Amino acid sequence: MRFYEHESKAILGKRGVPIPKGALIRSADEAVGAAKSVGCPVVLKAQVLTGGRMKAGGVKFAETPDEAAQRASQILGLEIRGQKTQSILVESKAQVVKEYYLAVTYDPVAKRPVAIFSDMGGIDIEEVAETHPEHISRTHFSALLPFSDFRMKEAVASLSVGGRDLSTLTGILSRLAQAFLTHDLTLAEINPLGKLQDGSFVALDAHIDLEDEAIARQKPLLTEVGMGPEGRQAKERTPFEAKAAEIDSSDYRGVAGRVVEFGGSLGLIIGGGGASLTAFDAVRRHGGNPANYCEIGGNPSVRKVAALTKLIISKPGVNKIAVVMNVVNNTRVDLVARGVIKGVIEAGYNPGEKIVAFRIPGAWEEEGFRLLRKYGVEPLDRKVSIDQAIVGAINKM
Amino acid sequence: MAILADAESQILVQGITGREAVSFVRDSLDYGAKVAAGVTPGRGGSDVHGVPVYDTVKEAVKRHKIDVAVVAVPAGFAKDAAFEAIENGVPLVVVVTERIPRRDVAQVLELADIQRARVIGPNTMGFICPGKTKVGSVGGPARDTVKAFTPGPVGVMSRSGGMTTEVCNLLTHSGLGQSTAISVGGDAVIGSTFLDLLPLFEQDPETKVVVTFSEPGGNVEAALARYLKTKGTRLPIVSFIAGSFMDNMPGVRFGHAGSIVEGKQDTVAEKARRLREAGVLVADDLSQIPDLVKKALKQKTPRK
Repeated sequence: MRFYEHESKAILGKRGVPIPKGALIRSADEAVGAAKSVGCPVVLKAQVLTGGRMKAGGVKFAETPDEAAQRASQILGLEIRGQKTQSILVESKAQVVKEYYLAVTYDPVAKRPVAIFSDMGGIDIEEVAETHPEHISRTHFSALLPFSDFRMKEAVASLSVGGRDLSTLTGILSRLAQAFLTHDLTLAEINPLGKLQDGSFVALDAHIDLEDEAIARQKPLLTEVGMGPEGRQAKERTPFEAKAAEIDSSDYRGVAGRVVEFGGSLGLIIGGGGASLTAFDAVRRHGGNPANYCEIGGNPSVRKVAALTKLIISKPGVNKIAVVMNVVNNTRVDLVARGVIKGVIEAGYNPGEKIVAFRIPGAWEEEGFRLLRKYGVEPLDRKVSIDQAIVGAINKM
Repeated sequence: MAILADAESQILVQGITGREAVSFVRDSLDYGAKVAAGVTPGRGGSDVHGVPVYDTVKEAVKRHKIDVAVVAVPAGFAKDAAFEAIENGVPLVVVVTERIPRRDVAQVLELADIQRARVIGPNTMGFICPGKTKVGSVGGPARDTVKAFTPGPVGVMSRSGGMTTEVCNLLTHSGLGQSTAISVGGDAVIGSTFLDLLPLFEQDPETKVVVTFSEPGGNVEAALARYLKTKGTRLPIVSFIAGSFMDNMPGVRFGHAGSIVEGKQDTVAEKARRLREAGVLVADDLSQIPDLVKKALKQKTPRK
């Protein structure tokens, strides 16, 4: 779960990371007071849960409070990578002499937390890694042993940072790493950390991600920034997606949800995790026009599968549906078949016409296949691969 | 031969009285796997399908020689259970539990390193050495397992549990059996990556070729490509990477916890490019895998 910049800064600021004086506004009128309180010149930054703000015009500067109001009205409502800007962080503009990059994340290869430090902050760190690898240090540290600052000192010193800056940067990176560990973050990033003319440092931008699986045990952190205990959705759901989520949570058994809406005519009931990706790719690759992505898995009840099927087949623009899963270990083929048939019939259609592919081999397949044939659907068996089943479905559109 | 286990490997199941564990223990026994003991605190003295249950791992390892432990307890207890297995000297720990926070996982893996134990998972369905044993829920009921998995020369590693079965089924129906098939786990941080397991396959004389199933997210494929370029391998590798549609949807998590595009190297396009550059045969469609495997077996060009 991603935090907004202002939330990330509030959280890190409370834990000893220096942050600029700032104010959050939700209307252009508030910009005047905000600019006066933080002191001009100011920077106004769109608060959205994505990168690429600068390019999209979501970051602007102002010399006076009136100009700040003007700029705020340009930023509010701006759509940045599909997200509408609803609030702006107003900060005093710092006089920066040098920019650094500080981040902590997990390294899946080393399986350890890793502190990443660079003296080329402010730009895309992947680009720095490719073009100037000597300007990046990666320092793994323990998640098990008591935390000790010296690793962070090594990270900073390896780029030949010395003197007073070494101690200050070590302190900031250590606080970032400790916040990362303590709060189950998956990313804690300051880019850039600016060095000011007076030799002090300030986090000009910050981004932290909390692990979804740890939301339950990090409730105090959410409360700290005024969020409810359930956290927030990464992407706002469409009404169609919201209905699918409702169906999924209506019954604890199995998964029949995680629906993402697309605009096409082929409705998809696909699963599990890896097979959904495979099937969806196959639709795209072979010229199909998907109405939705979804994932079913575990052992969802007949009622749940039926409700999901009904929702998808009833979606405006959907002509046919394809039901495709990997060879299942634990999901019962007959129960999914029963649910899909029920959903199609309840929506007022003939299963034999609407279902252009049913490819779920595995547990209880004989029973499932018998049921499908009874309703005029010829099931595809395990000799037909996932992509072949999708191609067959596309050809029947 | 196979890797990680053989027909005689003695299995311990932690959380054996849980619903899913009761079910996969039945399937494992039917398949011929040696499930020797189980642990559920407070249920010591009882049994599950004739497998004795103990309160502690300590007691179980005193009475049985345990080669592999399966952790099948709820996420909140998984770290402790894995610690318990590792500290009691179990050399291989398979964590099937889903939704364990990464910090807990990192701690388990660090302890495993210190104690020289290997961890598979978390969020894995386990692994199978066809015709010999299966550990965890992979393959499902024994009658279904034998339809999808057959013994043979292909080593399989998959980031998706379901696709472990799917890929093996595809191979089996093309006359290609498997030496060992491993669901490595769908989380961002896992105990044994492709990179960790490849050397085991290299040492296994039965394995002639390796197939991997990948997803977006993480730096493991990039690291594998680097490894192949610098060290090489005697084994040809065939890879499929699902989720290319996610390349244009950064920050959105699909499928498994580890499946998210956060940077350029996370994308399918970039993974495929790097692996191809390192000599891997990358399949565009899943159904191309068997033909690529056959092609690789015919070439038999040692690249080491």
